[in-house]
Amino acid sequence: MAKLPKQDELLQISYKPPKTPWMDLPVDFKPGTYCHGAKGKDLQAVGFPNARDWSPGEEDWKLPEEWKDTVLAGMADRLGKYRSFRLFMDVCVRCGACADKCHFYMGSGDPKNMPVLRAELMRSVYRRYFTKSGQLFGRLAGARDLTVDVLKEWWYYFYQCTECRRCSVFCPYGIDQAEITIMGRELLNLLGLNTEWISGPVANCYMKGNHVGLEPHTMVSNIEYLVDDIETLTGIHITPSFNRKGAEILFVVPSGDYYADPGMYTCMGYLMLFEELGLDYTWSTYAGEGGNFGFFTSNEMAKRLNAKIYAEAKRLGVKWILGGECGHMWRVLNQYMDTWNGPADFLEEPVSPITGTKFTNATSTKMVHIAEFTADLIHHNKIKLDPSRNDNLRVTFHDSCNPARGMGILEEPRYIIKNVCNNFFEMPEDTIREKTLCCGSGAGLNPGENMEVRLRGGFPRANAVKYVQEKHGVNMLANICAVDRVALPTLMDYWVPGVGVCGVHELVGNALVMKGEKKRETDMRGEPLPERSAEA
Amino acid sequence: MKIWSSLLAVVALVLIAWLGTGVAGLYTVFGVGIPYLAFLIFALGFIYRILKWGRSPVPFCIPTTCGQEKSLPWIKHNKIENPSGTAGVVGRMILEILFFRSLFRNLKTEKRGDKLGFGSAKWLWLGGLAFHWSMLIILLRHLRFFLDPVPSLVRGLDGLDSFLQIGLPILYITDIIIVAALLYLLARRLFVPQVRYISLASDYFPLFLLLGIVTSGILMRYFLRVDVVSVKELALGLVTLRPTVPTDIGSIFFIHVFLVSSLFAYFPWSKLMHAGGIFLSPTRNMANNSRRVRHINPWNYPVDVHSYAEYEAEFKEKMKKAGVPVETE
Ligand code: HEM
Ligand code: SF4
Ligand code: SF4
Repeated sequence: MAKLPKQDELLQISYKPPKTPWMDLPVDFKPGTYCHGAKGKDLQAVGFPNARDWSPGEEDWKLPEEWKDTVLAGMADRLGKYRSFRLFMDVCVRCGACADKCHFYMGSGDPKNMPVLRAELMRSVYRRYFTKSGQLFGRLAGARDLTVDVLKEWWYYFYQCTECRRCSVFCPYGIDQAEITIMGRELLNLLGLNTEWISGPVANCYMKGNHVGLEPHTMVSNIEYLVDDIETLTGIHITPSFNRKGAEILFVVPSGDYYADPGMYTCMGYLMLFEELGLDYTWSTYAGEGGNFGFFTSNEMAKRLNAKIYAEAKRLGVKWILGGECGHMWRVLNQYMDTWNGPADFLEEPVSPITGTKFTNATSTKMVHIAEFTADLIHHNKIKLDPSRNDNLRVTFHDSCNPARGMGILEEPRYIIKNVCNNFFEMPEDTIREKTLCCGSGAGLNPGENMEVRLRGGFPRANAVKYVQEKHGVNMLANICAVDRVALPTLMDYWVPGVGVCGVHELVGNALVMKGEKKRETDMRGEPLPERSAEA
Repeated sequence: MKIWSSLLAVVALVLIAWLGTGVAGLYTVFGVGIPYLAFLIFALGFIYRILKWGRSPVPFCIPTTCGQEKSLPWIKHNKIENPSGTAGVVGRMILEILFFRSLFRNLKTEKRGDKLGFGSAKWLWLGGLAFHWSMLIILLRHLRFFLDPVPSLVRGLDGLDSFLQIGLPILYITDIIIVAALLYLLARRLFVPQVRYISLASDYFPLFLLLGIVTSGILMRYFLRVDVVSVKELALGLVTLRPTVPTDIGSIFFIHVFLVSSLFAYFPWSKLMHAGGIFLSPTRNMANNSRRVRHINPWNYPVDVHSYAEYEAEFKEKMKKAGVPVETE
């Protein structure tokens, strides 16, 4: 990874747009501000077109001869298939309400990071080829030809949008740049213009069942390793099951949880909770990934990856599916899965075996979010919690973009945190819930080579964390997203040193009083537990 | 360039109307032919655009959720900002269409030293609302020319709008508000650097055109008086499809009518179609109930999947060694 840029350099942000009209501003492929190009073998693995190694920084992108026709035909096709796309190409009044709502714009001042201009990158081409006024008046009507430079600009800025939907909250017509970015990336993928960091995990997930490419035995041993840690911590030995037929529940998490620090602690939290409940559940190595990097390439690829979850639930004969903490995973599960791969009529309407609660909001997908599941347990007093074990933590909660703006799971995680921690502080109102600020690394933008963009995009979020750090001494940023858990630690170390990052179920695992456990000396991370006056 | 060309276009329209009636005397063309044509273009164009949008399906259930989902019964659900059914969606859309709910959230991002701050920014909302509501009221007030007898609702609106009872003819409040609001919207486009940067000619043109319409209307009402009886005669003739062409109305009237006709004809092909589009916006007009009710994608098609059998074929030995059950021996 390149040397980190200095903070004061990054903070030379000006929101004053340049003199040059944006159509005349060339894209600068400056190292640190874009991702590596996709590897041919990864594109090939899933049958994507124009599979070859390529590099965005180089002049020649090795485009197929008829690239322009492919893009225009692809646009025409999608304009006919997605009302959102056609409508959002037409109805923007350029009021500018969305302009300063994007974290990438806030952190860079680059005018093409204003959502409205990000959209105009595409609209200008739409006008030129799909509207009369654009054909007649050209640039005066805001239209321009599709050239290789325009294509490169698309690539640069559509892979500089985390599909976070913050802009769409503020737009009076709900124009969602994420929808346009999704279409833009679909078109780019018709030419093999993907990134290494997205296409690699996609290929892995397709062939091996998870983004990191763990083979089944490795996934098992990773989880067993967590089981050992739990035994050291609590004295309780857990024996999770894999691909077990006849289990009541299939449990699917983002693979980051059983693979990467600090997601692993969240995963330990799940394991401990289920053990304590005696839950009849199974992991799957085939459907070992809840996250879906396919969603960052094309709707079709996302569907192909997502299909495994229902297929596996059917094969194993479970009753319903429980999903771990992850952001874009839940956008997909909530808004796409049933449409793509349903109906899940071979499953039963989900009921908590512990409380008897019927999850009436999930009667069709049959898939429940673990925060809903756990909040329900706590509400019914089914688990014993000792929040003082988290007293060394002063916690704030980062709403991940997708669960906030593509689902609305806002209270459940807060309710859980308030029951497992004594010190909880909200960040300023304009930076949480539906107005939450993105981590800056979502939608596949989190490779190291893209660090400058990530640091800039994450600056607004970090800035709000810093506020509660200074005001309340906050030292832990909780969230329900695997990308957050991977990306935010770097961001915190850079902008707000001293703040850690954790999943909500890590906090649950720490506070959970398990039957027959030994006296805990440390938390899951091996940190000594805070002094407690009255030991239970 | 963008600004001047838009302004010039509107000036040209004014000149055309003035030359056409004041000099060439083409009253029938400007008083009857063009208004009919413009209305036809507007009506058919509007329908065409809506149908065109409507023909593209909504493959996925993609509301932008702006509040707590409906989940566990003891968690307070935000019924409007994250609707779970039709009633909530209707509520949300009413707030959007009548009160510009989303615009009301507007914030201003400011850099304060090495920190970011978020300030309140309600002026656009207020200016936008003032303009749209005044325009709606003005449009409704215009019905007094087209309907005979004038419905009491229109008369009531007239009375309300002129409750200040100053000036002669009595001043309409909306006339002042719409001018102020349009000037504000124009000023912000010209002077807020980001907004100016993103603006196209097609953003200036409607503002100039609307200002032209409003100005000609105000001139006609308060300064260059025209014969209202003749105007009503023409208007009634138009709606009853028995048009008569009075020649004793001043050119200012024909300028006004020509600008309005231009607006009507321009409307369906421009960003002004946001008026229709907002109703169709899938991030606003859908309920967040896709886990409870399966949303159907009409073009959903089968895709290649890496099946479990293929997976097991590749990893069987490793699975067996790790104690993971397999299907085949
Ligand atoms: C359903 C009806 C309508 C709704 C909900 C609506 C809503 C909005 C909103 C929220 C804005 C952005 C804020 C602003 O700039 O004021 C806007 C802008 C605008 N609307 Fe409408 N509108 C409607 C109908 C119309 C109609 C019939 C016109 C006709 C001429 C119109 C003309 C404009 C113009 C010119 C702008 C841009 C103002 C600017 O340049 O900043 N709108 N509309
Ligand atoms: S807020 Fe919506 S209408 Fe306004 S500029 Fe942005 S996308 Fe366009
Ligand atoms: S979706 Fe998020 S990242 Fe993309 S333009 Fe909108 S605010 Fe920016």
